[in-house]
Amino acid sequence: MEILYILIPLSIFLVAIAIFVFNWAVKSGQFDDLEGPAHSILFDDDKDMIPKEAQVDTNDDSQKKNHG
Amino acid sequence: MHTTSGHCYHCGESIPNGLNISLTIENKTHSFCCHGCSAVAQMITENGMEGFYKHRSQLSVTPQEIEETTQSELKIYDNPDLQKEFVFDFTHPESSTELKQATLIIEGITCAACIWLLENHINTNSGVNSFTINHTTQRATLCWSPSLVKLSDILLMVYQLGYKAHPYKANIEEEILAKERKKAIIRLGIAGFAMMQNMMFAIPLYVGMASGISDGFISLFRWVSLLVTTPVVLYAARPFFQAAIRDIKTRHLTMDVPVSLAIGIAYLSSAYITIFGGKDVYFDSVAMFTFFLLLGRFLEAQARLKSGQSIASLINLIPPSAIKIVNGSEVVISVKELKVGDLIRVKPATLIPADGIIHKGQSSIDESALTGEFMPVNKQANDNVTGGTSNVENPLDITITAVGANARISSIMRLLDRAQTEKPAVALIADKVASYFVAAVLIITASVFIFWWFQDQESAFSIALSVLVVTCPCALSLATPTALTAATSLLRSKGFLITRGHVLESLALTNELIFDKTGTLTKGQLVISQVVSNCDLNNSKLFSLASSLEQYSEHPIAKAFSNNHHYSADNISATPGGGIEGTINNHKYRIGHIGYAAQLLDNELSDRHLQTPDKGHWLALVSQEKLLGWFLIEDAIREESSLVINTLKQFGYGVSLLSGDQSESVFTTAKTLGIDTAIGGASPEDKLSYMQKQQGLNKNIIMVGDGLNDVPVMAGTQLSIAMGNANDLTKMKADAILLSSNLDTLLLALKTGKKTRKIIRQNLSWAIAYNLIALPLAATGMIPPYAAAIGMSASSLIVVCNAIRLNK
Repeated sequence: MEILYILIPLSIFLVAIAIFVFNWAVKSGQFDDLEGPAHSILFDDDKDMIPKEAQVDTNDDSQKKNHG
Repeated sequence: MHTTSGHCYHCGESIPNGLNISLTIENKTHSFCCHGCSAVAQMITENGMEGFYKHRSQLSVTPQEIEETTQSELKIYDNPDLQKEFVFDFTHPESSTELKQATLIIEGITCAACIWLLENHINTNSGVNSFTINHTTQRATLCWSPSLVKLSDILLMVYQLGYKAHPYKANIEEEILAKERKKAIIRLGIAGFAMMQNMMFAIPLYVGMASGISDGFISLFRWVSLLVTTPVVLYAARPFFQAAIRDIKTRHLTMDVPVSLAIGIAYLSSAYITIFGGKDVYFDSVAMFTFFLLLGRFLEAQARLKSGQSIASLINLIPPSAIKIVNGSEVVISVKELKVGDLIRVKPATLIPADGIIHKGQSSIDESALTGEFMPVNKQANDNVTGGTSNVENPLDITITAVGANARISSIMRLLDRAQTEKPAVALIADKVASYFVAAVLIITASVFIFWWFQDQESAFSIALSVLVVTCPCALSLATPTALTAATSLLRSKGFLITRGHVLESLALTNELIFDKTGTLTKGQLVISQVVSNCDLNNSKLFSLASSLEQYSEHPIAKAFSNNHHYSADNISATPGGGIEGTINNHKYRIGHIGYAAQLLDNELSDRHLQTPDKGHWLALVSQEKLLGWFLIEDAIREESSLVINTLKQFGYGVSLLSGDQSESVFTTAKTLGIDTAIGGASPEDKLSYMQKQQGLNKNIIMVGDGLNDVPVMAGTQLSIAMGNANDLTKMKADAILLSSNLDTLLLALKTGKKTRKIIRQNLSWAIAYNLIALPLAATGMIPPYAAAIGMSASSLIVVCNAIRLNK
């Protein structure tokens, strides 16, 4: 059980780091807008990064209608 | 291939019959309801941002076509004197270029895709350094390089996408709130971390005490807990201590006093025990207690900040500008700099900045904000105009006769101040009760401590602490604010913005509602409600003839005639205050006031024909030969007005109509809606005295209005509600704002007010019952401090959950 004498101070040290990082995150404005980032990740346009031959245009339902 | 649905691809409005505006986007053809929508869609696709239509979760707002007046208005923001008010200089840290920064309020954002679209579009401009929109506040931060692009051009880009933007300057109060918010998050984080750590060390202590652990470990756990709890007490709990000191200075007890005592004493005694040895430490209770209290306060402050921001967004804080004529050329100056005798130019569709006399020009003035009259008044040289009214169709040159305190608007403001001081104070009772309760808690705790001191010195302290924690009036003090917060946020999401604390309570107490007419029960927009043919032409043909003439006019009446014109008219001439003359297929026609229109007639007609068909405001359409027909112009009643008034009457509310409008339409409107009490032609003074008479009859009154003339009476009522389309002053002074301008929301607000009162009563009963049960148990020493902290939290949690039911 004597290991606790090392582990507990270690955990306190980790908590101190966590609080320091949290403090920095709040001060640098990362908590100012809590809703935006959840949406904006969906809008990153990655169309250019998809190779041409792999592109499937899900929006083009006119083709389906023509076939049917 | 056309989309078969008759709805606009951009905004979702139904497409008028016969209109065919379409555009091909990503190989598909889409139809639009107006050129504005198609222009925006084209702009979006040309910039390769068609993803907008894929990602958006809400339809867009129908864009209004950008008029030349808007463009010139935006140019005003380039004026360096005006920019001083809201623009900050700043140097780019890397390239060290001189940049400017401003905060903008963006109107028309419906979902996250709008933000994406705006950010991408504005950032394509090479002069824009950065443009980001905060999703929560819907405000944009813009950095641009003034040497490359003008601010007005950037604003215009926002308008081109169908949104609106205007510069914004945060007031000091709001900046402080935002700063406090950051601190509060850090405090909450520290208390949260400390709470979790303390739990971890507390459990081995409690368990170990029973099963026996070595003194070395006990000492270790205590010292570590002390270390973790110290920042909680010194930093996280600081607001409680500060408030408690303030309370003691002002001799007004609030919950902060027992809270500070509990935290302070528990911490100090635990620290003492840690150093010198003793029975129990309470670090876990301290951290948990602080965390839960901070959480409650944070949520409450959050809700307050949000409503503060929505209110601020409504009001354009940038000082209005005026165009002064100096030696024949136009100079833009701030309204504050206007002096008596200045000659100013007022462009069409802008506000007249101060009282004055028309020097040159002829135009219609919309005085509805001041008088409630829905028809614009025709004015020409040497006529008086009042500041705050708006110029409709032609530019006017005006000589200023009164500014500041002497202006007519200021006299309304003075009336307002008087009414406000007479405003009945409703609330503050709960505050007083809490103060007595706190005093009682302190006295009981002290007596319990003294009693146990003589019985059992060892446990006297822990029992007194339990009493202090368990009876902490948390549930009691959370009972009201949580319910109010839940109801406020519910109503805000439905378009009812509460700006004063007493609104929900007043809503529950109301038994009488007074409505203004123009712009409140009616839309404040003119419509043709009746067509009477006086010849062999049918009504739609007459209407089409009239529309063809009116399409060339800027007058509000012209807007009542839709774009349903099938003829092309030429030789158009408009006579302000009279009407319009034009030639269609080589026939001369006139539409307008009968006195004006009849002048076209060759032969003298009998009086019978010249008589308007009924009471009201009729326009005559004449050809050279004869009188063709009549159009009845009315201010359209809102679709929901009738149902709302009926429902209100059903629930037993008194309803009356109080309008400054002189015309007969006050009584016809009242009759249509089934309102028994209607008073027309009332001046602001009349309105105020009527309302005071009603209050004398012990009635709790809500006044719903939109005009400047309603402001004094609104200030005097228990509760005033402004329509969303009201002017800034009215909105600023109102207790609540109906953002949606939909009267249905008023019914919801009344219902929510009643429900909130019920929930508050439940919460208070529960909190009092809890305290009555817990107090004796704690005083007899049956509750250890950690259980007291859990009990306190649980009782608060129940109160919060009950309040959240309001949101359902």
